[in-house]
Amino acid sequence: MNGADPLLRLSGVTKHFGGIIALANVSCSVPRGRIVGVIGPNGAGKTTVFNIITGAYSATAGTVMLDGQPIQDLKPHQIARRGIARTFQNIRLFASMTVWDHLLVAQPHRGSALRLALPASWADPDALQQAEKVLVFFGLEAHRDRLAKSLPYGIQRKVEIARAVTAGPKLLLLDEPVAGMNEQESDDLRDLLFRLNRDGLSVLLIEHDMPFVMQVCDYLYVFDFGAVIAEGHPDLVRRNPVVLDAYLGQEG
Amino acid sequence: MISTYNAGLFAEIGILILGALSVYVILSTGQLSLGNAGFMGIGAYQTSFLTVEAGLPITLALLVSAIGCAALGFLVGFPALRLRGIYLAIATLGFGEMVRSLFLNLDRLGGAGGYHGMKSISGVYIWSWTLGILVAIMLLERSRLWLEFRAVHDDETAAGLVGLNATAIKVGAFGLGAGIAGIAGGLFAHHYLYIEPGNFGFERSIEFVLAAILGGSTVAPGAVVGAGLLVLLPEWLRFLADWRLAAFGALLVLMLLIRRQGILDRTTFSRLGLRRRAA
Amino acid sequence: MFLQQLVNGLTLGAVYTLVALSFSLVMGILGILNLAIAELFMIGGFVGFSLLVSGYPIPVALGAGMLAAGLFAIVIERVAYRPLRDAPLVTPMLSTLGFSIILQNIATNYWGSDPLQLPGYFLATRFEAGGVQIGAMQLVVLAATIILVGLLALLVRRTKIGRALRAIAENRDVARSLGVSANQLTMVAFLLSGLLAGAAGVLVGMHYTAITPYVGVDTGLKAIAVMVVGGVTNIWGALLAGPIIGIAEVMTVAYGGSQLRDFIVYGIMILILLIRPQGLLGEARAEWSQRV
Repeated sequence: MNGADPLLRLSGVTKHFGGIIALANVSCSVPRGRIVGVIGPNGAGKTTVFNIITGAYSATAGTVMLDGQPIQDLKPHQIARRGIARTFQNIRLFASMTVWDHLLVAQPHRGSALRLALPASWADPDALQQAEKVLVFFGLEAHRDRLAKSLPYGIQRKVEIARAVTAGPKLLLLDEPVAGMNEQESDDLRDLLFRLNRDGLSVLLIEHDMPFVMQVCDYLYVFDFGAVIAEGHPDLVRRNPVVLDAYLGQEG
Repeated sequence: MISTYNAGLFAEIGILILGALSVYVILSTGQLSLGNAGFMGIGAYQTSFLTVEAGLPITLALLVSAIGCAALGFLVGFPALRLRGIYLAIATLGFGEMVRSLFLNLDRLGGAGGYHGMKSISGVYIWSWTLGILVAIMLLERSRLWLEFRAVHDDETAAGLVGLNATAIKVGAFGLGAGIAGIAGGLFAHHYLYIEPGNFGFERSIEFVLAAILGGSTVAPGAVVGAGLLVLLPEWLRFLADWRLAAFGALLVLMLLIRRQGILDRTTFSRLGLRRRAA
Repeated sequence: MFLQQLVNGLTLGAVYTLVALSFSLVMGILGILNLAIAELFMIGGFVGFSLLVSGYPIPVALGAGMLAAGLFAIVIERVAYRPLRDAPLVTPMLSTLGFSIILQNIATNYWGSDPLQLPGYFLATRFEAGGVQIGAMQLVVLAATIILVGLLALLVRRTKIGRALRAIAENRDVARSLGVSANQLTMVAFLLSGLLAGAAGVLVGMHYTAITPYVGVDTGLKAIAVMVVGGVTNIWGALLAGPIIGIAEVMTVAYGGSQLRDFIVYGIMILILLIRPQGLLGEARAEWSQRV
């Protein structure tokens, strides 16, 4: 599948760690406004792809294009500012901060540096306003001043996503977002994703929960041993014998 | 009229508060500096040289040397980025010792014999600086920049992923801390009127860290509590004569065991009356 | 002259090696600097020294010094470290600092602040070989160091506890599977650390024929530099780096002026931290090279 102008495009991305080949010539893309899934057995290289996109790792070879611009040599915070946000498999929140703090700290820098160094409550009304909007959108008002890490798992996941989208990114990378969630929670997350997607956010997600993947994704890439072994519409991919083989008896 | 002795203690506390704050600012980005006495020493010598030999008024001299120290702090902060945790702390320890050794060797500024000739300043003057900087930092604590400091402290990787330049933040914090330590040094020099390299060694650096941690390393006023305790406790323990230092050491251990986060922390401080900040 | 300085440097280096290993044992396993080591070193030195001055033979004095320091080390582990082991590293470090203040007060009260001197005739024999003089004292220091380091190496390689120590230095969870509790291990680490520091204290006192309550800090800080230069968890690294730093220091004093020596010593340490942070013989760890 190739949109004429995908939001994100990986071309021939390879990653070596010493003697180990973590990714071999991976090419994939995320079209604008779509939700794309990445599935595959553990150790297939899925998280490595995320790390390369966000700049945590540098690719041994290949390019990563965002909006037609190469980003593979940029630093993580620069890539973030260009509009890529990410969550983690094991939720990484800021241990000392409240929910509100998370939303405020992730705001983009608008205006002068001085604005940043003065007390936020009187120097940066735009940031406060924006954070408030996100708080309401995610339904987190009740938890505003609670320490984020003390909240229930499902809410923490929400906070992490809220933090990620606060700055209005173009692309959201979700690493196993519904892991450890019950059906209610994962339905909530699904609806949240649809709302965000309707507002223009493109999503690339890694997941093992196949029902979730089927409901949510427009397109799938299947990874194994660091390479893309299949891709396509979820229904087609599901029936692909190569894919079933790779999962070796796991639910397809 | 307070006695000269008590006035001396008052001044000592004021200076130590600044030292503790210098550690605090850097620590809030997750970096432990065991070498801030080095910056203090540089500030002390710089300020003294400027007032004694260049004839600058004390305030201007303090400002100039604060900027000088901050600049050096930035310089030191960059290579420091390569190191983490205890190794960073050890490197800063080495830095502090190198500075001390440098001044021992710098005969132009007195070498081992020390430097003198400074004109005295009042306790009120010292505390003007202390309170000014304390208030400035407390204002900074309510800013987005401080949240970014804390984000880098809590999880540097996640911080990068929300667009924060951890490098700039960590180096910036080093510069800020260095500048504050430099001012502490300048004030120290003009209070004691005689300085020597031994004043700015590891024991001083660790004293700053102790004041910051004991008082509470998550809120700026913790420095006030910590500095006060470190200066006043030995005084209150005088009645123990020869064993007062051992008692002091024991109390230190006890305080850390009972309240490891330090005496003031965010919740305690907000409960003490200041309205919980909106941000 | 040059060779003479070399020998002096080696002797000083031997002491540094022991104290560096003392730091290493705690740092490698627990990740903290035991700031009481300087005073353990000093107390061990005083105890051993007192015995020497009273006429006891060297091995007895050495043993007593080690034991005294070792006992205090165990107390420190139990009281200052264990309750705080989950706190951020600076807190247990400051706790050990509290103990160092206590120890120093004990020493000044018991032995006074003035230096304790060895009688002049003590091990004063000097041997001469090829224009280089080496005192019997220095030979004892070198011999003792080699024996102690050898014993440590044996302990670490051949015993279950020793293997657990090495394992935990690499990976905290592994040691548990070897059937040794973390608390036990910590105790052993502190004990060994104390024993070595105490020995070093006695030896350094013998080397300089005098000991004061303030001898700990300067040696302690330089020993940290030695630990870093050699590589934190590596015994041979400490054995290599000790003499390197000792010789560098002695040479600087002889040819450059005594005021520069700290500058050189810590300069070397910082250089290593920047260029090869794992130390000369240490192993590169992920935390150094990770970009994230």
